[in-house]
Amino acid sequence: MSARPRSRVHLAVCLPAAATAAPPVGTGAESGARFRSRSRSEASSRSPVDFAAYERLARTAEAGHLDFLLLTEPAGLWPREHPGRGRDLDVAGRPEPLTVLAALTGVTERLGLAATVDASFTEPYELARELATLDHLSVGRAAWHLTGTGDARDGGNFRRGGCPDPAERDRRAAELQRVAAELWDSWPSPDEPARPFAHRGRHFDIAGEFTVPRPPQGHPVLIQDGNTPRERESAAARADVVVTRHGTLEEARVRYADVKRRSARHGRGPDDVRVMSGVGVVLGETAAEARERAAALRRREVSPLQAILTLERIWGTDLSSYDPEGPLPDIDPVPDPALPQGRAGRGDTVALAQKWRALSREKGLSIRETVIEAGRTPSFVGTPAAVAEELVRFVRNGAADGFVLVPDPTPGGLDEFVDRVVPLLQERGAFRTRYRGTTLRAHLGLPEPAQTR
Amino acid sequence: MTSTHGRGLLHLAAALDHEAAYDGARHLESARLAERGGLDFVTLGDSFARPGPDALAVLSRAATATTRIGLVPAVTTTHTEPFRVQAALATLDWVSRGRAGWWIDVSRTDDEARLFGRGPAAPAAALWREAGEVAEVAALLWDSREDGAETGDPAGGRLVDRARLHPVDYTGTGFSVRGPSLVPRPPQGHPVRLVDATEEAARTVAARHADVALVRAASPAQAAAVRDQLRASAAEFGRNPDGLRVLACLLVDLGDGERAAERGHGGGGPRQTVQGPLYRGGPVDLAELIARWHTAGVVDGFHLVPVEPGRDLERLVNGTVALLQHRGLFRTFYPGSTLREHLDLPRPANRYAATAGSTS
Repeated sequence: MSARPRSRVHLAVCLPAAATAAPPVGTGAESGARFRSRSRSEASSRSPVDFAAYERLARTAEAGHLDFLLLTEPAGLWPREHPGRGRDLDVAGRPEPLTVLAALTGVTERLGLAATVDASFTEPYELARELATLDHLSVGRAAWHLTGTGDARDGGNFRRGGCPDPAERDRRAAELQRVAAELWDSWPSPDEPARPFAHRGRHFDIAGEFTVPRPPQGHPVLIQDGNTPRERESAAARADVVVTRHGTLEEARVRYADVKRRSARHGRGPDDVRVMSGVGVVLGETAAEARERAAALRRREVSPLQAILTLERIWGTDLSSYDPEGPLPDIDPVPDPALPQGRAGRGDTVALAQKWRALSREKGLSIRETVIEAGRTPSFVGTPAAVAEELVRFVRNGAADGFVLVPDPTPGGLDEFVDRVVPLLQERGAFRTRYRGTTLRAHLGLPEPAQTR
Repeated sequence: MTSTHGRGLLHLAAALDHEAAYDGARHLESARLAERGGLDFVTLGDSFARPGPDALAVLSRAATATTRIGLVPAVTTTHTEPFRVQAALATLDWVSRGRAGWWIDVSRTDDEARLFGRGPAAPAAALWREAGEVAEVAALLWDSREDGAETGDPAGGRLVDRARLHPVDYTGTGFSVRGPSLVPRPPQGHPVRLVDATEEAARTVAARHADVALVRAASPAQAAAVRDQLRASAAEFGRNPDGLRVLACLLVDLGDGERAAERGHGGGGPRQTVQGPLYRGGPVDLAELIARWHTAGVVDGFHLVPVEPGRDLERLVNGTVALLQHRGLFRTFYPGSTLREHLDLPRPANRYAATAGSTS
């Protein structure tokens, strides 16, 4: 395989479940009438699952020659609850991602299509069949983002039920992935008939014949998160794309090297795994305008009510009597055993509360300002030229192979990125000007998976 | 809406099975053809143990290639997760803008159970009891978000009106579901539910939960008997029997030209085979059979399963359907846009919204 130029940037777009319901933020006259008129039309979107919004986002992503679109579920499967009250932003509603992606195969030709898959309550045969079908329908563009979410409330919706602890969840996710590969590999090629399979492991004891021919990509592309060392270790063994949290260039370099080192230990080459950093992008005509827009977006996102609800997630108690513009509660959080374990920032709520209180004291921030400051999506904020420069700098300095964009606002925000940043990346020779291959593996420069047996 | 013929509008549907193309291309071609014929819906069978792609995914793909025709994938209730099944069907309804149906089926074999690491297959009665529970919880979950509960107002701090979300807290014999669903209430309220009521064990589920029941009957008398039974049973469950459409399911082999080559076969009606009643003959004879059964009020319509999909569906649409249209017995255009509208079935009211309305 020929070496991929190191400076090539991979780009994907992630659509969080709740985001489509959010009307885009008007940005003032300075950012142009086109963006604002688009905002108005989108604000009238009937529902967070109106298919037109997905179709539009996918078409825009493909027009920008992005590698893939990821439909995710940031809030898990169960609407978050607090003692007696809800956290409304999390329950906006979302469609079932694999079904939406199957529909999107009809309105796209090259774009990779990725769905978040919960590893805790999914059966491998059914999942492998759905992913193989998606890969066939899209002729080689399917991907899955395997996450180990799940808590007792999620479990309450499933036959299996319960609340697997994080270690057990990881083991199940790893075995789920291995079984799926065994099933796909039970067809030596799309044209050679299936061989019977039998798998007996800790979580699954299944046998029979896999009835969908080998997917065009061999295996659909596997995406995993790599934010913690534990996640990176699991992802380095098998994932094709590792998505990490964005940070400073130096932090990102360390994480990047860590993923590649770990994957080398599993006998994988540096080009067998792509590290992509999840980022927001906020653009402006000037750096100052971009910063203002970013701040306005956060203020809009974190309403006074939302600030209190966010705090209640950490404190685990009713904080409705607190003033969002006042100081943080000086009481300590109440640990709630039913709350999900292992989600970011959920491990030790007492420590997190102390951290937030320190931040608030240090900068003199109110509750709402603290939530805004602490919960900021890592973003590239600046003019299109500055953002393009930063993206390339990260890739050229070994801090990422690419980026998973969380456009803000969605979906209109992606248009601006595609219209204004992508051409600059292309001018720099850092991004494709057309799709050269037809499969997602080809876009990502990933090898065909080896048969596992 | 009424018709001068039979007991109501004639409903026609076709199966897209036997299309071995995994990229869905031939399914799409057939779905478009069926839509040109104005058919109410197309079905796609499915089974974990049978070669073929995931039916629901294929029909989601078809949703973007068609605009009017109903899309009814088979989805088993055995081994699957009710919470996911209802979410996927609600999503199909969203991506098709109100054209989703659900062929409720069960997985009967030990082979299928082994694919999920489960013990021997349960007897039919138990499988169908569970299917009924899944159908019930799906409807509860479709109602668990009231229409328009998603307010889309992040500035006010909320994207959803929490008072319009309802946990279902359902406990069945083999599973439980808390709810509410994550998918906003589907455009049709509830996607259309279809049950093959040929098997005795499936009849209770059909009478209680189905919008459309299929009956594999070889004679008008047989079809009428099952239809009467289903309607009576539906009434016992407190339903209006007019909310249940009963379609005769026939295999069709239209390879014999305009009229039946085999005298007395096509004209004489379908013959019972291992796969079910088979009609063999020409498109014209089939049109006559359909008109006769329907005018006699034996069934509400037909679900036709082409023996040779490429050939028979084409002859069905361009021959049989065209003739029925010419005689004014079948629609020449879709007056509505949702599958419920094609079937002349009302959009179900939300049980939770109704309760809230009566108490407030």
